[in-house]
Amino acid sequence: MPTVDLAATDLRALNQALHQLSAGTNETQWEIVNPRGSHAVAVGVNAPVDITIRGSLGYYCAGMNRQAKVTVHGSVGPGVAENMMSGEVVVKGDASQYAGATGHGGLLVIEGNASSRCGISMKGIDIVVKGNIGHMSAFMAQAGNLVVCGDAGDALGDSIYEARLFVRGKVKSLGADCIEKPMRPEHIEIVGKLLARAGITDVKAEEFKRYGSARKLYTFNVDHADAYG
Amino acid sequence: MCGIVGLFIKDKALEPQLGELLAEMLSTMCDRGPDSAGFAVYGADESGLCKITLQSPDPSAFAGLDVALGEALGGKVGMTVRDTHAVLRLDAALAGAARKLLRERYPHLRVMGVGERIEIYKEVGYPTSVADRFGLAGMQGSHGIGHTRMATESAVTTMGAHPFSTGSDQCLVHNGSLSNHNNLRRELKREGMTFETENDSEVAAAYLTAQMAGGLSLGDALQKSLGDLDGFYTFVVGTRDGFGVLRDPIACKPAVLAETDRYVAFGSEYRALVGLPGIDDAKVWEPEPATVYFWGR
Repeated sequence: MPTVDLAATDLRALNQALHQLSAGTNETQWEIVNPRGSHAVAVGVNAPVDITIRGSLGYYCAGMNRQAKVTVHGSVGPGVAENMMSGEVVVKGDASQYAGATGHGGLLVIEGNASSRCGISMKGIDIVVKGNIGHMSAFMAQAGNLVVCGDAGDALGDSIYEARLFVRGKVKSLGADCIEKPMRPEHIEIVGKLLARAGITDVKAEEFKRYGSARKLYTFNVDHADAYG
Repeated sequence: MCGIVGLFIKDKALEPQLGELLAEMLSTMCDRGPDSAGFAVYGADESGLCKITLQSPDPSAFAGLDVALGEALGGKVGMTVRDTHAVLRLDAALAGAARKLLRERYPHLRVMGVGERIEIYKEVGYPTSVADRFGLAGMQGSHGIGHTRMATESAVTTMGAHPFSTGSDQCLVHNGSLSNHNNLRRELKREGMTFETENDSEVAAAYLTAQMAGGLSLGDALQKSLGDLDGFYTFVVGTRDGFGVLRDPIACKPAVLAETDRYVAFGSEYRALVGLPGIDDAKVWEPEPATVYFWGR
């Protein structure tokens, strides 16, 4: 199992080594120590490997991730798992703003709190937050599921498209065109499965409320279609 | 983009290390603000004394200044020169006369800060080099605030660097940009405030000074600023005995706080905090938007 000490190894050398991994590699378990708040750690990995990071990180950890499972034993700065395509990113601590932004796929788990703009413009990623999320989360969210065990800040789901938002606690306010919707059996199943994948056992799927698009914004009006040619 | 660091010490045993810790924190923020840098250090309480920090591009202008001022004022004036800055120490009762004398006889010297405890140093240059020129690592004190600048709103000059000090023992550093600073500056000028630059951050500093002069505490002045300042900001402010943090309601500009029994620390990024003693066991969090954080001693 390769262990990379970022106090002794250049960040680019680490990311280069991770980029060279491909399916079938024997080096499937990686450990990264002493990250000391570094930016862009384990960005752009495209191989089915496990990467464990011990310590807190700066911007863009595990951005553009494909296939890999990245576990951070610490907190992360802005833009964790930004534009993730597949795989899994688990943060044991808190996440700063725009966690999982624009993510296309995979699962992002924040075991602490996520701050503002969590899941902004998400495009298919699943995000599970054990704590609270900040304001403007899921702004223009297009697809995927955002599950929040705690509370949500102001303007949740502003200008949302087809993403599903599930919040167990209080929502401070809903953004433009975002409304509460009934939890049907298929939604309870979605939330239950995501909670199980995130390893959360003390919370029931039935306790969540669902929020999504009212589809009333001008972008949903066919008369405006030619504005987007 | 700019970088901010701040350290407010609770455990007096750590005070001799203030400069060393702040210098290390500042060095991690060079790439957030390579244009210029500055810092304020709140030193030991020298009872009855007033400190005036002066700046001159040509340090030879300080030669004999302490003696000349002392004779003119009829009191003892101490002076410590550090590169382009000099700190004068004099009886607080002479402070007003000294400032008048400086304005009249030494208009080429710029007053960077005045107070019982504050010393302010700032210059154009790479932050580590600025910190080295002034010997930050050797300084002691109870709290300090540092800034690395990537200019957006006004020229890259010594006076455009942060911190800004607009009142006794007060200073402010800013990451962001204010959009209503011209209007506010006009209003504050009408109320008698004076400005050295066209910089937006100086307006924020003067705004807080004016509010505190009107009787508000730093915490209350920060709370009021949420309604009056428009734009993006993360502020860290210092007073004689206090240390405050405020982010605008949108909170785009990054901020991390850490607190232990021994200190409160601020960094634009977590990187700035990793060298602090006991950081692994500290409470570390992102300050909430539009929420005033304030510590005093």
